[in-house]
Amino acid sequence: MYGLRAIYRKELEDHFSSTRFTILLTVILMVSLILAWMTGTTLKKELEGFTKPTLVFLMLFTSTGTLFSLAQFVAFFGPLIGLVLGFDAINRERAQRTLAKLVAQPIYRDSIINGKFLAGLSTIAVLLIAIVLLISGLGLWVVGVVPGPEEVGRLALYLVVSIVYVGFWLGLAILASVIFRSMATSALAVLALWIFLAFFVPLGANLAANSLAPIPPDGTTDIETALRHAQIQRAISYLSPIALYSDATAVLLDPLRKTTRSLVLMGPLERLSIARFERPLPLVQSALVAAPHLVTLVAMSCVCFGLAYASFMRQEVRTT
Amino acid sequence: MGEPALAEPVIRTVDLTKRYGAQAAVDRLTLEVAPGEIFGFLGPNGAGKTTTILMLLGLSEPTAGRAWVCGIDPTRDPVRVKRLAGYLPENVGFYEDLTGYENLLYVAGLNGLRERRARPRIMAALERVGLADEAHKRVGAYSKGMRQRLGIAELLLKDPRVVFLDEPTIGLDPDGTQRMLEMIQALAREQGITVFFSSHLLDQVQRISDRIGIMLRGRLVAVGPIHELAARTLGVDQERYTLEEIYMRYFREGQPAAPAAVA
Repeated sequence: MYGLRAIYRKELEDHFSSTRFTILLTVILMVSLILAWMTGTTLKKELEGFTKPTLVFLMLFTSTGTLFSLAQFVAFFGPLIGLVLGFDAINRERAQRTLAKLVAQPIYRDSIINGKFLAGLSTIAVLLIAIVLLISGLGLWVVGVVPGPEEVGRLALYLVVSIVYVGFWLGLAILASVIFRSMATSALAVLALWIFLAFFVPLGANLAANSLAPIPPDGTTDIETALRHAQIQRAISYLSPIALYSDATAVLLDPLRKTTRSLVLMGPLERLSIARFERPLPLVQSALVAAPHLVTLVAMSCVCFGLAYASFMRQEVRTT
Repeated sequence: MGEPALAEPVIRTVDLTKRYGAQAAVDRLTLEVAPGEIFGFLGPNGAGKTTTILMLLGLSEPTAGRAWVCGIDPTRDPVRVKRLAGYLPENVGFYEDLTGYENLLYVAGLNGLRERRARPRIMAALERVGLADEAHKRVGAYSKGMRQRLGIAELLLKDPRVVFLDEPTIGLDPDGTQRMLEMIQALAREQGITVFFSSHLLDQVQRISDRIGIMLRGRLVAVGPIHELAARTLGVDQERYTLEEIYMRYFREGQPAAPAAVA
C-alpha cells in the first residue's frame, strides 16, 4: 500500500506543478468564464418578465448562447484534459530510465500504473469541480437564481459522469503510453483517435444513415424511414464515447428531457414554454433514462484502463 | 576473501534459463555467490548479464530453472526479494526536475519510509557518496559521475543485503571510475553487503572482484577466483596475468563443452 501512496503523491505533485496543468487550467478557466458570462447574460435578458422562473439554473450549463454550452465544451474538449495528463505516463519513465529503478523497488508492479491513473483522475476531478463551481458562482451572481437541492444533485451526478468520461480518455492515453515507446508517437496517436471519434464517427453515422435509409430532399418521407434513419445514425454514433456522454449529460442536466435523443430540435426557451404543460422528471427518473449510456461509459473506461493495466503488467522491463 | 560456500549463499541459481523465442538469452546458469562477496559478472554486450540480474530480482520470469536470493525465490515473491536487494540499472535515470534529495525521498517512500524517518538516512547516504553539498540541486545539473553516486546513495538508503550493479562504471571518467570502484569495495568490506556487478571492463573487474564469472552467449563458461582461472587457462606458474588474457582465451574458444566450475 505504501508503494501506491508514494506514487500517487508524487504523480499528483508532478501534475499540479507541471506547465501543462497551468496551461490547461488557464484555457479552461478562460473558456468557462466567458461561457458563463455569455449564457448568464443571455439568460438574464430572456428571463425578464418571468415572475418565478424554475429550472433555470441548470441552463447555465446547457444553453448554447452564441457559441456552445459548457456541457458541449466538456464533451468536446474534456478528452484533451485526459489525453494531455496521460499520454506520457509510462513512456516518460522509460525515456528517462527511471522505470527499471521504479520496478526494482519493493512494490507491486501494478501500483505504478494504478497510482498514475488515480493521480490523473484526481487532477481531472479537481479541474472539473473547479469549472462547475466557478460557473455556478458566476451564475448566482449574474442571473440571480439559486439552485435547489434537485439541481445540486443533478450537477453532482453530472460531475461524476464527467470525471468517468474524462477518465476514459486518461485510460486511453495511458494505454498509448504503455504501447508506444516514443512520447511524440503516443501523443499523436491519441490525438488522432480523438479526432476520429469526435469528427469522423458522427460523419460516418450520417453517411451510413443517408445511404441505408435515405430521406428524400423534398421532405416527403414516411415516419418509418425517418425513424430508421435516426436509429442507424444513433447506433453508429454511439461508437464514440463523445456522443454517449453528450446524450447522457443532456438528460441529466435537463429535467424536461425524457429521451436521450429527440427527433425534433428545440431551443431552450421553446422547451421552457412547452414545459409549462409538462412535468419535469425527478432526478432518479432522469438517471434511469440515461442509465444505459452511463453504464456503457463506465464499462468503456474500465476496459480502457484494464487494457493499459494488462499490457503494462506483461511488458518486459528492459529498456533496450 | 575467496573462500565462499561456507555460509548459506546469498545468490543461488540452478539451471536458470531465459529464452526469447528460439534464442536463449541465459542458458542453464548455475551459480552461487556467498555473503559479503564481490562477484564480477563478465561478458560482452548481449551475453545475458542484464537478463540474469532481472531474473534474480523477479523483474523477468525465467523460462526454466530456479533462483534464490537470500533464500527467497524472486519469481514467487519478488517484493520480498526487492526489500532485501538493491538494483542499480545501467545508466540509471533520475527525475531531472527534482533535487537529489527529493529523488531519494521518493525512493524512500517507495520503501515505506516516511519523510521524518527517511531524512537522516537520506542525508547519511548522500554524505557517504560525497553528495551532501549537492543534495538540494536539481539532478538535471548533475554530472554523470554524480548521478552514479546518487544511484549508490539510493541503494544505501534501503540498507540492502545484496546489491546488483549493472555496468556501474560505464561512461565515467577515470577519476569517477576510481571513486565508484572504491565505493563498491566499501559496500562489501565495511557493510558486508554482497555485491553482484556486471561489466565488460576487465581491468576494473579484476581490481575489485573476489570471484568472477564469465558469460558468453548466455552460458557461464568459467567461474572462480581470478588466480584460479589464471592458473587453469594460462598455466600454474604464471606470475603476471591479466584478466584480459584469461577472458580472451575463453572468448576464442567460443563455446566450451561445459562450464568449468570452481567452488
